[in-house]
Amino acid sequence: MPFIPHTPTDIDEMLRSIGVPDLETLFEEIPDPLRCPTLDLPPALGEMAVGRMMRERAETDANGVCFIGAGAYEHHIPAAVWEIAARGEFLTAYTPYQAEASQGTLRLLYEFQTMMAGLTAMDAGNASLYDGASGLGEAVLMAARASDNAGGKILMPASVHPHYRAVVQTMTADQDLEVVEIPFDPLEGRILPKALNRFHGQKIAALVIPQPNFFGILEEVDTLTDWAKAEGATVVAAVNPLSLGLLKPPGHWGQQGADIACGDGQPLGIPLSSGGPYFGFLCCKQALLRQMPGRIVGRTQDAQGRTGFILTLQAREQHIRRAKATSNICTNQGLMTVAASIHLSLLGPEGLAKTAALCHARTRTLVDKLTTIPGVTRLFTGPYFHETALRLPKPAAPILARLARLGIQGGYALGEEHPFHDKGVLVCATETKTEADLQFYADTLAWVLNAKEG
Amino acid sequence: MTQTLFDASRAGRRNAHHIPEAPATPEGIPERFLRPTPPPLPQVSELQVVRHYTRLSQLNFSVDTQFYPLGSCTMKYNPRACQVLASLPGFLNRHPLASEESGQGVLRCLHELQEMLGEIAGMPGVSLVPMAGAQGEFAGVAMIRAYHRSRGDEARREMLVPDASHGTNPATAAMCGCTVREIPTDAQGDVNLDALRQAVGPRTAGLMLTNPSTLGVFERQVARIAQIVHAAGGLLYYDGANLNAVAGRVRPGDMGFDAVHFNVHKTFATPHGGGGPGAGPVAVSERLVPFLPLPMVKKELDDKGREWFSWMDETQCPESIGRLATFAGNVGVLLRAHIYLRMTGAEGMKRVSGFATLNANYLMARLSAAGFTVAFPGRRATHEFILTLKPEADAFGVSALDFSKRLLEFGIHAPTMYFPSLVPECLLIEPTETETKETLDRFVEAMIAIRHEAETNPQRLLTAPHAVPVPGGGVGRLDATRAARKPDLIWKEMITQ
Repeated sequence: MPFIPHTPTDIDEMLRSIGVPDLETLFEEIPDPLRCPTLDLPPALGEMAVGRMMRERAETDANGVCFIGAGAYEHHIPAAVWEIAARGEFLTAYTPYQAEASQGTLRLLYEFQTMMAGLTAMDAGNASLYDGASGLGEAVLMAARASDNAGGKILMPASVHPHYRAVVQTMTADQDLEVVEIPFDPLEGRILPKALNRFHGQKIAALVIPQPNFFGILEEVDTLTDWAKAEGATVVAAVNPLSLGLLKPPGHWGQQGADIACGDGQPLGIPLSSGGPYFGFLCCKQALLRQMPGRIVGRTQDAQGRTGFILTLQAREQHIRRAKATSNICTNQGLMTVAASIHLSLLGPEGLAKTAALCHARTRTLVDKLTTIPGVTRLFTGPYFHETALRLPKPAAPILARLARLGIQGGYALGEEHPFHDKGVLVCATETKTEADLQFYADTLAWVLNAKEG
Repeated sequence: MTQTLFDASRAGRRNAHHIPEAPATPEGIPERFLRPTPPPLPQVSELQVVRHYTRLSQLNFSVDTQFYPLGSCTMKYNPRACQVLASLPGFLNRHPLASEESGQGVLRCLHELQEMLGEIAGMPGVSLVPMAGAQGEFAGVAMIRAYHRSRGDEARREMLVPDASHGTNPATAAMCGCTVREIPTDAQGDVNLDALRQAVGPRTAGLMLTNPSTLGVFERQVARIAQIVHAAGGLLYYDGANLNAVAGRVRPGDMGFDAVHFNVHKTFATPHGGGGPGAGPVAVSERLVPFLPLPMVKKELDDKGREWFSWMDETQCPESIGRLATFAGNVGVLLRAHIYLRMTGAEGMKRVSGFATLNANYLMARLSAAGFTVAFPGRRATHEFILTLKPEADAFGVSALDFSKRLLEFGIHAPTMYFPSLVPECLLIEPTETETKETLDRFVEAMIAIRHEAETNPQRLLTAPHAVPVPGGGVGRLDATRAARKPDLIWKEMITQ
């Protein structure tokens, strides 16, 4: 059922116009030994049958009440967001290379760039990257190219999301870059400025600063930024965009501000969807503009002086610069920026700030409730945003498995990435959680911890 | 329509139903961490938002509203069933780190997709993680480098690409620390084998090839090419951008390739979304399986004989090139591709490539009969073909760009222009299998009409488009030079408010 509209008459007429007896003749240039027998694929299904199959599968995927964050967050998404973003004219358009036939997407991206630059307090933004982790990879490569200390070390705190660090590792593996990990303080769960002292005077190309960090803890961004700038390093901020409704934007960190801000746009109207599609965003100061990867939209005019929008500064990109491009990125996550733009417009400054504040308040309440359970304590002492690490009296993974069967996705087991913390669990409560949800978690956890094994 | 949403913003206008009750100052966050002023976002009503973005959408050309014969991009119909079924709540609301037990439905779909893509590629290993074609290319080249390194062969850092290759190929090779060497194309559109033989050697990491090539013809010597590169110790990468031409008929693995990426937003009909998200899964030959990017889905049988699906990570795949995404890639897009393939089946896939090829050859034959110049007249078109408007440019002083801009005024999206750069004044035309004969005929008539105009009133083309036919009236030809000279990339009034 491959959506082919041709009638037998059409086919006859078309073959006659081409001057071939049948369709297979069109493939005569393919050498016979290369032709494959009919593929072994599942039999084709009609829409009704495939619908039934997919519904059965989707119904088995019960998520329960979700307290997992660790890089993807459950938030209220206004109904209008995807009602409009999924319109065919956004959904089925291509990259806006033909500007005059793509003014909708282009104008939207210009507004998106404005909103993201405003949120991060930067001078410019691009039209999206794949996701937060690969966005950090691009930001690190960009910083390495642009830094006054090009060729120097890239300092990567161990408090950055472990998967982000893994992706940066993959993306820089063949680039002759030295990425040095900075340990976090085991008590506070964040980077202590003194951990940087041993790098003083060495050639530092860039410092990555996560805010909040993987453990939900707030880093001392002003101090860290000032240290890096004094060393001549480029500062790369990896931030949660929703938190910027409340938290100081990277452009205002320290005396001079960060140079690059990146992160995952998922909290801005994008469904969890088992990990994607989300989108990465990347904003920067004016001086770094021409080192930015990805598409950028600019405002211009037509011959009559009417305002229009167009992809610009394309001399950075692969289709023009080939091996000398700032990145190989071509397809990005365009449709997700449509959703994020609508989402931010609906929330407005107050909605974003209040949502962020409520996420923080809910997590505080959750932490208060859970830490009244004997043996459950906070793992780190640093101030947190909407997620933090707890220490359970028992190994976390089996407890989380039991909670899942009782309808609670209770958090992320830190032991997966930090074996030392096998009793650690990262918990998150967003604005979607009610007081009753929090109490349900606390009661269930107390019961599970008390219950006998098995 | 000149107003941005920011112009409509009024201080104090709010959508109370989206604003939760929350304390004004958060307890527990010291003031030095806080934003002193609210973020500069528009303050507009929900109706204003809905109206604004609905109107913006109407300014776009799209597959749903226009013929979009954009070469190399496969702008085919995106079935609504795939859209709706991939968005079922069970799939949409699941957290990527939720327990595997609560994700058996989605994991089963992804595992099936791995198997189906392996069969279409003719290769034993698949990873779905890469989030776009270019990231698939990155994974492929990184695996090729990891393979050579695992054999202690550090010298293989040169990647060969045909001069007509997609820009992503050399850009990817550079990101993987390779130098790039271009191989010329001969007059028939095939790789120049003598040049290839001279280029390969102990420094060759591999060759990146698209087949059918970017010139719209099938590379007939592909078996010889594979032999030459393999004999020299290199591996072969297949850029799957043009797979819609041959899917179900020829397999990259059978052609001798070691790694391939699929563009599911091309071949498997997932929507392009105005520039993404797509997905670029990779398939590989036996020798590259250990290096596949993570995570992948594994199927096992439990002690009661039931199927159990789980993620494979670093502990099970220690030689992997690693992760490319925060989680498992663009799962929602992969689900759409999975649904499309379950609706298509093996025979359907063969029909897809068959009718994509029929439509391209029909358009090529009709345009050729109408007096247009086909770039490779001795060759069959694949799913796309190239016209050169050099004769029209010489005779009438109009360019491929002018033709393209005038086509927009006929309500037809322009073909890909000026790619590949080997062919002067070229249009790369890909109609796809989902278009009717009537639509193709209309395109031919538009091209004939525009050429007539070029002859009688070339000024009309040189200044096109005057206004693209969209609701409310579109803009005319935009000044790209002005945009680049003094970049205006954000609405500064908003930021400084």
